[in-house]
Amino acid sequence: MADHDTTRAAPPVWRFLPAIVAAAATLWLARFLGPVAAGVHPEWSLPWAPSLGIAFAFRLDGLALAMALLICGIGALIFLYAATYFATDRRLGTLLVTLSFFAVSMLGLVCADDAITLFLFWEGTTITSWLLVGFDHERREARAAAVQALLITGAGGLALLAGLLVMSAVAGTTRLSEMNAAGDVFRQSAAYAPMLLLVLLGCFTKSAQVPFHFWLPGAMAAPTPVSAYLHSATMVKAGVYLLARLTPALGGTELWTGLLVPVGAVTMILGSVWAARQTDMKLMLAQTTLMGLSALVMLIGLGTEAAIAAAMTFLLVHAFYKAALFLTVGMIEKGAGSRDYRHVAGLARAMPLTATAAAISGLSMAGFPPLFGFVGKELIYEATLTGAAVTLAALVANLFMVICAGMVAIRPFHGAERRSPKDRPGDPAWGLWLGPLVLSGFSLLFGLAPALAGDWLIAPMVAAVTGEEMHGHLALWHGLTPMLVLSLVTFALGILGYLALDRLRDGLAKAEPGLPRMESWYEGALAGIFTLARSVTAASQNGQMTHYLRATFAACAVLTWGGVVLGRMAWPGFTPGPGLIDWMVVAIILASVAVVLVTRSRLTAICALGGVGSGIAIVFVLYGAIDVAMTQLFVEILVVVFMAIAMVRLPSWGEIPFHPGNALIAVVLGLGVTLGTLAVLGTPLDPYLTTFFEANSVPKAGGHNIVNVILVDFRGFDTLGETSVIVIAGIAAIAALRAGRRRLRGAPRR
Amino acid sequence: MEVMLALTAGVLVAAGAYLMMTGKTVPYVFGLTMISNAANLIIFSTGRLTLAKPALVPGEAITISGAANALPQALILTAIVIGFGLLVFALALAYRSYYALGTAEMDEMRVAEPVERD
Repeated sequence: MADHDTTRAAPPVWRFLPAIVAAAATLWLARFLGPVAAGVHPEWSLPWAPSLGIAFAFRLDGLALAMALLICGIGALIFLYAATYFATDRRLGTLLVTLSFFAVSMLGLVCADDAITLFLFWEGTTITSWLLVGFDHERREARAAAVQALLITGAGGLALLAGLLVMSAVAGTTRLSEMNAAGDVFRQSAAYAPMLLLVLLGCFTKSAQVPFHFWLPGAMAAPTPVSAYLHSATMVKAGVYLLARLTPALGGTELWTGLLVPVGAVTMILGSVWAARQTDMKLMLAQTTLMGLSALVMLIGLGTEAAIAAAMTFLLVHAFYKAALFLTVGMIEKGAGSRDYRHVAGLARAMPLTATAAAISGLSMAGFPPLFGFVGKELIYEATLTGAAVTLAALVANLFMVICAGMVAIRPFHGAERRSPKDRPGDPAWGLWLGPLVLSGFSLLFGLAPALAGDWLIAPMVAAVTGEEMHGHLALWHGLTPMLVLSLVTFALGILGYLALDRLRDGLAKAEPGLPRMESWYEGALAGIFTLARSVTAASQNGQMTHYLRATFAACAVLTWGGVVLGRMAWPGFTPGPGLIDWMVVAIILASVAVVLVTRSRLTAICALGGVGSGIAIVFVLYGAIDVAMTQLFVEILVVVFMAIAMVRLPSWGEIPFHPGNALIAVVLGLGVTLGTLAVLGTPLDPYLTTFFEANSVPKAGGHNIVNVILVDFRGFDTLGETSVIVIAGIAAIAALRAGRRRLRGAPRR
Repeated sequence: MEVMLALTAGVLVAAGAYLMMTGKTVPYVFGLTMISNAANLIIFSTGRLTLAKPALVPGEAITISGAANALPQALILTAIVIGFGLLVFALALAYRSYYALGTAEMDEMRVAEPVERD
């Protein structure tokens, strides 16, 4: 925790504002339950990039509405809980603002009807969840967990974007509703496999499926209200939501089932078994979240109507009990000082409200009648009866759910009272217990009257996913069915497992070090990226300026040769042919260059450099550029003078050792320049501007020297700018020279 | 003559680039001068050459034709001056860096990117 004081004297008044807003939004959304159940889907859109067909489009069908209600409804309770939990914490404002941003992103994500809009909000949840997981940013583990969650879900987000773009290209629209109505367009497309894989990568990273699952338990570094929100109703459900959303477009193939069902089943068993190993109840709940999400993935992968109905029911079931249990764990921690179930016991008498909420939600998690969880579990068994392997996976998972429910809902409250140093355990303030009790109430209400949830929420959700009306109604009692038998087996084995929990846990703990760590691939990849980045930097940025110069000139050579090779090449005519004087001038220039290169005398080199400039000045004189020639000669004299002055103060450079690599680069570049110039000379000259200046110099500018008129009149401002550049260069040079004179810093004097 | 000038420009660029890559400050400035001269030559020759007919409109005339191309000349004129400014600044820097860092070898100037020690 922070070293400095993070508490404030009185809780701020505004702390309930987000909760009130979210509650109002829930009520407003609830008005749509009737119309949506009747098949009316409100739409709303704003043009965004019309030329690309992208719109800020939203559509409220059964799935979107149910998710939106969960986000706002549970959000209201979580905001209230957070406002009480962090009542006097200075960071409350930050937390509530970030949570609100997160809730809005989530809301936009589930309501979006445009692939790009959806992606925008998807990334919004990634970034805000990073901030929320790393909320205790002064703790190292929190930062590491936040970065891990960001990297994994962020990478998945990139894959998702690619997948959505491929889908948009194939369908010719970015509207999700149109994609879903497009029939077999995607399934028959040649790009079906890549686009499915890309989308699944996004969904699996977000919803923490194997092999990306490890970020989710790590994200428990977040404060309790955040974990309750992110891992029950929202963030991690986004991937599952998208799978359900795209089922009509992408689902139903062998590849779909073949990927979703095994991944879901493996994650499900992994999550539920490792949940039994934890002693920290929050971590245990995080592991069971893996189980809940992967059950949804598996059911969506199965894709039958029964499986979809089971998935949608379990989505609600899970949201209610998981949020409530996370919150009760937070209350136990507040009330009794620990969230390790070995350290707390017998709290039922002191914390009756907490115990009630935990008991109801725990029973729902374990799937006991008459709670909503029982309805969900029966549907899961019904949907998985199709194959022995999936039935077994569901049985194992549910069995561990019974065990874990006992751990979190019974162990802390019964037996002899045991608690951490805290003096007086007790039920916390109303803002804390209201949420879990309301959520437990829903678990109970929908268990007793499943048709209520079935008709208003689940049937429209199923209709949105399958595209057809759901057959039948949800019921608590189905008679003597195979599902009931499986339930009874689950209960019997689960209770036995709960009684043997300590031995089971210790066995798992003992086996743990011998098992391969799943996150090793992530850590290896991360370390590999850093190593690669370091070696690339070391190779390209080695701090040697000659190295950079070589790279620059080599790039210039490649560019000029690229232009020569790829462009049109025509040899220019030899007009006017070179006369004797031309030969002589060129010979002077070339000889001077050679002298500069080979001489060891500085004075000779300076003179030869002057020779180069003067030779060029003669070329200017010969071909009608009198002004240029005058300037060139004048500048050349100054260059020689300045160089000579500088040479007196600078060391002799001695011999320049021959460097074959440099020579190669230089020769190739020089050849490229020559060829490029010839290529330009081979193309016809466009005399438009020259003719313009010739025709207008006298009439418009009143000057007879066209070159001068161009400089001081037609392009006067340009010349002004260049003059300022010269002035600035002069000032800078003076500054450098004066500074040099002031501080010699013991540098070698000549 | 244009072809010969193109060849000369190529030689100047090659020699200039080679001098700049030697990693000594003074040859670097020499190379810089050569490359700016080469650039001027290229602009001049690609504007086509006209023998001994400056772009001057005679006394009473309004316009001329067949004179040397005035546009590249105007460009080169400013380029020469700017190139000179650049040269002066580069020379000042060479002087300053020698006295501040005690070396005229560019590869030994490692203040901005010091040698990494593992």
